[in-house]
Amino acid sequence: MHEMSIAQSLLDVIKEEMRKHNATVLKSALIHIGQLSAIVPESLSFCFEVMTSGTDLEGAKLNMEIIPLTGNCRKCGQTFEIKNYAFECPFCDGTDIETLSGQELSIVEMEVD
Amino acid sequence: MKVSVVKNILAANDRIAQENRAIFDEKNLLVFNLMSSPGAGKTSLLEKTIDALKDQLKMGVIEGDIQSSQDAERIAQKGVPAVQINTGGACHLDGNMIRDTFREFDFDALDLLVVENVGNLVCPAEFKVGEDFKVMILSVTEGEDKPAKYPLMFHESKALLINKIDLLPYVDCSVERIREESLKVNPDLVIFEVSCKTEEGLDAWYDWLKGELKAKS
Repeated sequence: MHEMSIAQSLLDVIKEEMRKHNATVLKSALIHIGQLSAIVPESLSFCFEVMTSGTDLEGAKLNMEIIPLTGNCRKCGQTFEIKNYAFECPFCDGTDIETLSGQELSIVEMEVD
Repeated sequence: MKVSVVKNILAANDRIAQENRAIFDEKNLLVFNLMSSPGAGKTSLLEKTIDALKDQLKMGVIEGDIQSSQDAERIAQKGVPAVQINTGGACHLDGNMIRDTFREFDFDALDLLVVENVGNLVCPAEFKVGEDFKVMILSVTEGEDKPAKYPLMFHESKALLINKIDLLPYVDCSVERIREESLKVNPDLVIFEVSCKTEEGLDAWYDWLKGELKAKS
């Protein structure tokens, strides 16, 4: 259950960005969660709600988008979705795979006033 | 008003981990982050490794646990500097907690620093602490389905020790399947089959570790 630490880090980033934009109200935040990351979205949502309740940010909506795990085979050059966490090229069975997406844990957009 | 941000949520931790790493590099100190579920044999592996390599390298250990200083005491009994971190509930160590232990060590007198993380197969893999690489242990009593169920840690680790192979006659576990499943998640994973109880297989681990030390210095 490390979602509490993640929620704290997320709030730190949000508050810093709000200061930069002179914003006082947070309506929503959109975050990207890579499929390979060990985050449980429901837990993160719960922790975010707990940590914002009773503060200026109460009521802000946390939107989450799960980013699929994709890779590029360094042997044959094909790009594909990595299924069942198996880092093997479905085209040539190569195992030298560069991960293209699926490891994200980032905030991408905020709606503020 | 919509604001586009695109910022890594763990950027603050990553930055501290990077600063830690710079300090380790400057001191020519090899650091690995040792992870597993509770009871897989992290401290036992360190005790054996200290005994086997004490004449060849100077080691220090950071012990992470939710509570108690039992692990640091076990390590200190071996004559190795050990600092206990009690996370007080947190399920993992982060860069900041590691940095707080620096004043307890004389890095100039060390070749290897091991960070023994909190026993947990999920969360520690998400937080860098400044290590050169991660090492994980899976014991045969935990079952062969773990790489598929907890892929991140297997994906992030450089080496995997399959521990407690002395118990194989008594459990339904195929080491071959653990190998297959782990290599699917991480084709570059270096795998050792060991028993910290009988010491079977540990020589290969010691040799590999010595190779990593040589590569860093």
